[in-house]
Amino acid sequence: MLHIDKLTKTFGQGDKAVTALDSTDLNVGRGEFAVVVGPSGCGKSTLLNIVAGLERPTSGSVTLEGEHVTGPGAERGMVFQSYTLFPWLTVRKNVEFGLRIKGVSPAERADTARHYIAMVGLEEFENALPKELSGGMQQRVAIARVLANKPRMLLMDEPFGALDAQTRLQLQEQLLRVWRQEKATVLFITHDIDEAILLGDRVHVMSKRPGRLVEEVPVDLQRPRDHTVTVSQDFARLKKRVMDRLFRELA
Amino acid sequence: MQPMHTRRRPIRTVGLGLLTFLFLGLIWYGLSWSGVVKPLFLPRPEAVLAAFGAMHEEGILWQYTWDSTYRVMVGWALAAVAGVPLGAAIATSRRVAATAGPLMEFARYLPVVALVPLTLLYFGIGDAQKFAVIFLGTFFQLVLMVADTVSRVPKDLLRAAYTLGASRSQAYRLVLLPGALPGILDDLRITIGWAWTYLVVAELVAANSGLGYMILRAQRFLAIDRIFAGLIIIGLLGLLTDWGFKLLTRLAVPWSDKAIK
Repeated sequence: MLHIDKLTKTFGQGDKAVTALDSTDLNVGRGEFAVVVGPSGCGKSTLLNIVAGLERPTSGSVTLEGEHVTGPGAERGMVFQSYTLFPWLTVRKNVEFGLRIKGVSPAERADTARHYIAMVGLEEFENALPKELSGGMQQRVAIARVLANKPRMLLMDEPFGALDAQTRLQLQEQLLRVWRQEKATVLFITHDIDEAILLGDRVHVMSKRPGRLVEEVPVDLQRPRDHTVTVSQDFARLKKRVMDRLFRELA
Repeated sequence: MQPMHTRRRPIRTVGLGLLTFLFLGLIWYGLSWSGVVKPLFLPRPEAVLAAFGAMHEEGILWQYTWDSTYRVMVGWALAAVAGVPLGAAIATSRRVAATAGPLMEFARYLPVVALVPLTLLYFGIGDAQKFAVIFLGTFFQLVLMVADTVSRVPKDLLRAAYTLGASRSQAYRLVLLPGALPGILDDLRITIGWAWTYLVVAELVAANSGLGYMILRAQRFLAIDRIFAGLIIIGLLGLLTDWGFKLLTRLAVPWSDKAIK
């Protein structure tokens, strides 16, 4: 579904050039939950930004269902680490934003928005402004906003990175439920190993700069998952494998 | 950002503000009545009240106030109509920034007072010259303030809009503009205050009506009560403008931090 082929990104020129991504290959199948985990500053956000079309690669290519990615588009919905709800729009108007751009009728987009707001459990806050919501609630709305746009693929850039630990647990489980319900294809970036294994079908370990995917760890834990899985032996075994690889990178 | 409690107790904050004016008034009374400061330098409050009365009788109180307000509004509106789009363009286009940015920085350091002789040469002594002085005093500052305001809209909001399918013009219209609006209203509020300053500069030099003109003439005749009256009118108009803008901000962008208070 998503093919990333020999993707390289260099910032700057000459002696000062920094290679953020070095000839990275990655494939994500339809309905797959792919996770890239790596140390901070390793270029994983750069990878996601290129897939989103927000940055141009220096060389290499990204194709989604055979189409070359040349810029941002609604078929690749992105959830950011920072809070990106439009502060002047209510929760529902935020979720309607993409549909409004597509020219969907007001009645239809209100219905769609309500459906996805309910999916993330925020029916009561439909008419609230973002500033009235907690950080976790804002990220749930951000997820609903992307889903309402019916993207072919979800890109998630450490969406729970700014949240406290308990809220993060809740949102991870909710994301798993939503992913199953929507049969979504996800590319998820994180530096949290537990999060990577809990969520992912496959965990790709990225090296420190210049970023390269150095190991692919299939997560053979049973679905549907919730947090009880994180205390299982299988989980510990996978976590050790990812950790060992990451620590070798950091050494 | 305003502290939260100011929103809940508007009466108390207004009361505190009035108290400050009352306190200053008392000091004024004390100083002028005790004779510590001579009436030549500090008129007695009732003398200033009498000056208001006399000006009203002469028919200049409202006339001059209106003349000055009109000049400020037109000069400032011209600066706003030209300055807001240019500032937004500088913030969003590297080409416009490279073309116009240095000129703005250069022009903004030119003291308006030093430009007054030129405005007299070009525009004479009519209202057009007053507009020109106010425009020159506020336009360049406003452009740079708006450019700064627009570039402060979080980039991730625009990026989110793009990944939701927005084109560049849609992202600017639906995200950048509303995102910058509270700050732009603030910039306009601040520059209209400066417009009053430059108005007085313009009217001090060449005018036969207006509050600045009246203050200058009062100085020649040592009519210090009228100087005070003029200052009080200008101050009150400033206060009113400020309230007007705050009300507008609360109505137009209730979601913003700037709408509190």
